[in-house]
Amino acid sequence: MAGAAPGRVVIVGAGHGGVQMAASLRQEGYAGEVVLVSGEPDLPYQRPPLSKAYLKTGNETALPLRPGSFFEKNAIDLRLDTRAEAIDRASGEVRTSRGRIGYDHLVLATGARNLRPPVPGLDNAHGLRTLADARQMREALSETRRCVVIGGGFIGLEFAAVARALGHPVTVVEAASRPMSRSVSAAISDRFVDLHRGMGTVIELDMPASAVEADAVILGDGRNLPADFVLLAAGVEADVDLAREAGLDCENGIRTDALLRTSDPAISALGDCASFPDPRTGRHVRSECVQAATDHARTIARRLSGGAGDAYAAVPWFWSDQAEYKLQIAGLAYPSDDSVETPDGAVYRFDGQTLTAVETINDAKTHIRFRKLMGETAVPDRETLLSGAWELAST
Amino acid sequence: MVKVTYVQPDGTEVEVEGNEGDSVMATAIANDVDGIVAECGGSMMCATCHCYVNEAWTDRTGERHEGEEDMLECAAAEVRDTSRLSCQIVLTPDLDGLRVQVPEAQV
Repeated sequence: MAGAAPGRVVIVGAGHGGVQMAASLRQEGYAGEVVLVSGEPDLPYQRPPLSKAYLKTGNETALPLRPGSFFEKNAIDLRLDTRAEAIDRASGEVRTSRGRIGYDHLVLATGARNLRPPVPGLDNAHGLRTLADARQMREALSETRRCVVIGGGFIGLEFAAVARALGHPVTVVEAASRPMSRSVSAAISDRFVDLHRGMGTVIELDMPASAVEADAVILGDGRNLPADFVLLAAGVEADVDLAREAGLDCENGIRTDALLRTSDPAISALGDCASFPDPRTGRHVRSECVQAATDHARTIARRLSGGAGDAYAAVPWFWSDQAEYKLQIAGLAYPSDDSVETPDGAVYRFDGQTLTAVETINDAKTHIRFRKLMGETAVPDRETLLSGAWELAST
Repeated sequence: MVKVTYVQPDGTEVEVEGNEGDSVMATAIANDVDGIVAECGGSMMCATCHCYVNEAWTDRTGERHEGEEDMLECAAAEVRDTSRLSCQIVLTPDLDGLRVQVPEAQV
């Protein structure tokens, strides 16, 4: 592909990753056409605030990723309210609700959608994925509601923190033995449980929801929790419908190589929907965060603009704001990785001798130090890190 | 309204009108000012809204906030005494006329 830039890049999905994809193509000097297709009617906006600041304030002016003029100025053909319905790989076209769009290269940035566990009555629950969802939620919470959150992941807990601060009674129902268990260590989960309980939120662990009714959630042990507002926040799944129907390899996401190419080299995938090789382990992973979406986009943009076509190799970072706690994660740990809590409260995660992630709460200094360290080639091993020798040398 | 002037690395200037209470970052985004990326949307998780405050204004923009200093270590361009994350400077009437310079690089 190097040197032979395609004539038109079509990007499906205008979240953080899709918009960054379009912007990065222009920054890299890509001279062809750029078409950005969004199924939503609103200017592309930031999703992270929907469960945080927006939920609290309802201020929409701060949400757009870029103003409309940005897309015009950069010759990005933004097609709002246009649903991509199918990919015709033979003719190199995307079929949309507003007609066909031919592509020389296609980037799938379709994101993720809420998982719906097999619980009867989920139609009675709200989900939070889009600005439209968030508007509806704010409307529903305009007076005091008994809130029940199904799922103690990041979205569920961020919501709980805001809802509680707004004065709503909140119960979080989590099927696992601790919240955020796929993403953080037990030590961090415990501190967040204490935080939320301290705010008056009820947290039920090891407790599946067995049904949602019009005015209650039925728990796995048969209890009936009265509820005026139910949020389903039981995780997400990659939105792979287009890719799968087009015959692309999919397995927990749209499978890509290290260059983020799908099984069809004329199609790339990025962000939440992409299953890509972890640069450290080579294992295919999915990463639901702004960092992966935007760094994926930059990687693909360099390749499509005639650059070297380097593999994706960024240091992952992630955050979650819950009441006065800011959780920051540098790196990417697997749930099976070891956890070691340091005296200053940071939690190091290890895969054998190798540092995989560092989790901190309200400690930007440590977070940044490790984000920078993990971008270097020689990261100190477990023994050195835990002996404190490295810590002393670097301060 | 609070006037803010953004000076690009090549010397070109753009003056925009910001709302009191908005940040220098949000004002740049809303007015489509080049070179302020703001990847994390003002959550202090990146340093892609880095700016240099004109020296005549540093007293009024004040000290860096907690954590800002650390995050600036991730800045792609040189960090100077006048470096700030523009998401952490909130517009007040006192800042009417503020001048900030956009760095060479944010990523």
